[in-house]
Amino acid sequence: MSPPPTASTLREQQAYVAAQAADARVNVELDTGDMTLNIGPQHPATHGTLRIACQLDGEQVISAEPLMGYMHRGYEKLCEVRTYPQCTTLINRIDWLGSFANEVPFILAAEQLMGVEAPPRAQWIRTILFELSRIANLSLFLGDMGVQVGALTPVFFAFRDRERVLNQIEEVTGGRFHPNFDRIGGLKDDIPRGWIAETHAVMAKMRGFCDEMEDLLMGNEIFQTRCRSVGVIPGDVALSYGLSGANLRASGVDWDLRRDANPGLAWDQVDWRVWTHPDGDSFARYWVRLQETREATKIVDQLLDGIPSGPIMAKVPRIIKVPAGEAYVSTENPLGEMGYYVVSKGGLGPFRVKIRTPSFSNISVVPWVMRGTYVPDIITILGSLYFILGDIDR
Amino acid sequence: MSAAADLTGALGLAYWAETSIKLGVALIVIPTAALMLGYLFLLKMMAFMQSRLGPTDVGPYGTLQLIADAVKFLQKEDIHPAAADRRVFRAAPVVVLASSFLLFVVLPTGPDAVVENLDTGIFYAMAVSSLSVLGVLMAGWASANKYALLGGLRAAGQLIAYELPLILAVMGVVIQADSLNLQEIVRVQAEGEIFGFGLIGNPFILTQFIGFLIFMIAAQAELTQTPFDMPVAETELVGGFHVEYTGFRFLLFFMAEVATAFAFSALATVMFLGGWWIPGFDFDAPILNVLGPVVMLVKILLVAFIIFWIRFTYPRLREDQLQKFAWKVLIPLSLANIVVTGIFKVVL
Repeated sequence: MSPPPTASTLREQQAYVAAQAADARVNVELDTGDMTLNIGPQHPATHGTLRIACQLDGEQVISAEPLMGYMHRGYEKLCEVRTYPQCTTLINRIDWLGSFANEVPFILAAEQLMGVEAPPRAQWIRTILFELSRIANLSLFLGDMGVQVGALTPVFFAFRDRERVLNQIEEVTGGRFHPNFDRIGGLKDDIPRGWIAETHAVMAKMRGFCDEMEDLLMGNEIFQTRCRSVGVIPGDVALSYGLSGANLRASGVDWDLRRDANPGLAWDQVDWRVWTHPDGDSFARYWVRLQETREATKIVDQLLDGIPSGPIMAKVPRIIKVPAGEAYVSTENPLGEMGYYVVSKGGLGPFRVKIRTPSFSNISVVPWVMRGTYVPDIITILGSLYFILGDIDR
Repeated sequence: MSAAADLTGALGLAYWAETSIKLGVALIVIPTAALMLGYLFLLKMMAFMQSRLGPTDVGPYGTLQLIADAVKFLQKEDIHPAAADRRVFRAAPVVVLASSFLLFVVLPTGPDAVVENLDTGIFYAMAVSSLSVLGVLMAGWASANKYALLGGLRAAGQLIAYELPLILAVMGVVIQADSLNLQEIVRVQAEGEIFGFGLIGNPFILTQFIGFLIFMIAAQAELTQTPFDMPVAETELVGGFHVEYTGFRFLLFFMAEVATAFAFSALATVMFLGGWWIPGFDFDAPILNVLGPVVMLVKILLVAFIIFWIRFTYPRLREDQLQKFAWKVLIPLSLANIVVTGIFKVVL
């Protein structure tokens, strides 16, 4: 049983039904009732176990309610019974496609509480790995969006080329998906020899991949017909629902935490730009992510050439005790703003961790944006909002 | 019996022998050909286009993979949903497959190598090919599944939109060839000439190019291949009308899909690419009964390649966009094509 729709949805629902009745008396005579369609929890378009309870009139959506929690793993609670270094193991698994990026804000929050700052070399390598996980994450989106609108081939190209980036991450950290590499005060290890040249080559390949996606998918007439003016989210609505990341930038809001609230990483050392698109539709979201992937490869290229020398670890005690206090640090993760609110009481582990994940807020706009769309558009919009289930249910 | 006496006359066979040969062709040769298409395009070509290897283990280059798949499907449990309309649910895949098998009956592959040389061949082909939608609708309705229902209804909507341009595209050929008989259509192409140059005949793709394009687009919709695969739509309807089917019944749907793609490629070959005739041969030369099928096969593979190439490249349209495209573009275009063809027919 789906829960009752919220008041606003109900009002909109009644207005919709009245309009439909006025439009077509025939339908009223035939009594074409609404149909409830459960999309998910097991459905390929939900990338996991999101459930969307839709009220349909034919193929048109009257209301859509995202229901989450099928994959809740209680990470916030689990963090409370772990020490700080142990927490990163869990945090890796929130947004599993861009794992390293998850660790950074948590570690930064802990560093802020301890008053430690990582040496510049560690900051630069952190930024590089951060951007690499962004590329790994977004490149999969670029192909996956094709699957959502019915083109199977691009996703295989995406898997093929993402593998190169994962290989680079693995070479440094030892883990493809879950590096668990970031430490309070720096990094676990330095980068291996020869890695810089290899990564340059991979970045060139990824730019080629972006061009390929632009040709194969984004320039495609059918793709544009399916995505343009589908799921339009105006800037003010996006802001009021707490959207962040590329979803917000695709609605024309020029907002990027890497530039606006850099928490000390090396983004301000290189030349790059924030891409926005005024349309706010599914196509704009794809476009922005494509540009961002390309921009990220340029950021990595510049950072690779300028890594400062020095240690990769600051002086921190062997047993980390974080002094009492509170800190909130958020960064611009591949999916949007990811923040950790860490409360410490001076023990070995955090007293309380609140994780602000981008997908949770991004998906909250679904009931608003999906009214009046068609069933195929549900999938397009879900695909273009781009959520990771682990990022919604953490 | 137009161009040549049928197989009975040619070989002097009794009725029962002739019938068993035809049955053998229908039951063995055709599925084999369809399986070959499935292997070649669905497994290998798709894999290469997607930078994968495709099957490699079963047989040389994975050639026997489809047989292994068929055995796998046979081993699966045959599940009926509790709320399903059992009889309709069971009949649906048979209806779909029957429609594509009936299509093969009229396809000519040589002067005598045709199972049944109907005088209304093309009319018959168009009629039986629409039957498959009935099966799809039955499957969608009887599965008692909302996804399947949406898929079935989409298929029905697609039929209404696409049967029309398909038939109108064929009309141009029929007007030009003066016949509904597929053998006759091949003959007209073989004996035609392009501005007095008659060596390669006059394949209708030259004069009916717009008709060919419309036919291919409409066939793509008829076959529910991407960009018009809304009834199946893996990512939204999770397989659409066949979502509840398992094991052998699912295999029937799969076979029907490939076999119909084969049959439609064959129809396009016959109507637009000159069919089985080889330039330089007499139309009735007996050797063409052997060479004809080979030529047909090569042309069919070419056409099928286009069908599957588009399938693996393009995204899927939305149902309303498809209807718009059919009614606003394809149907006016095919009507114009008929008018122009008619004018030329009268003038020339």
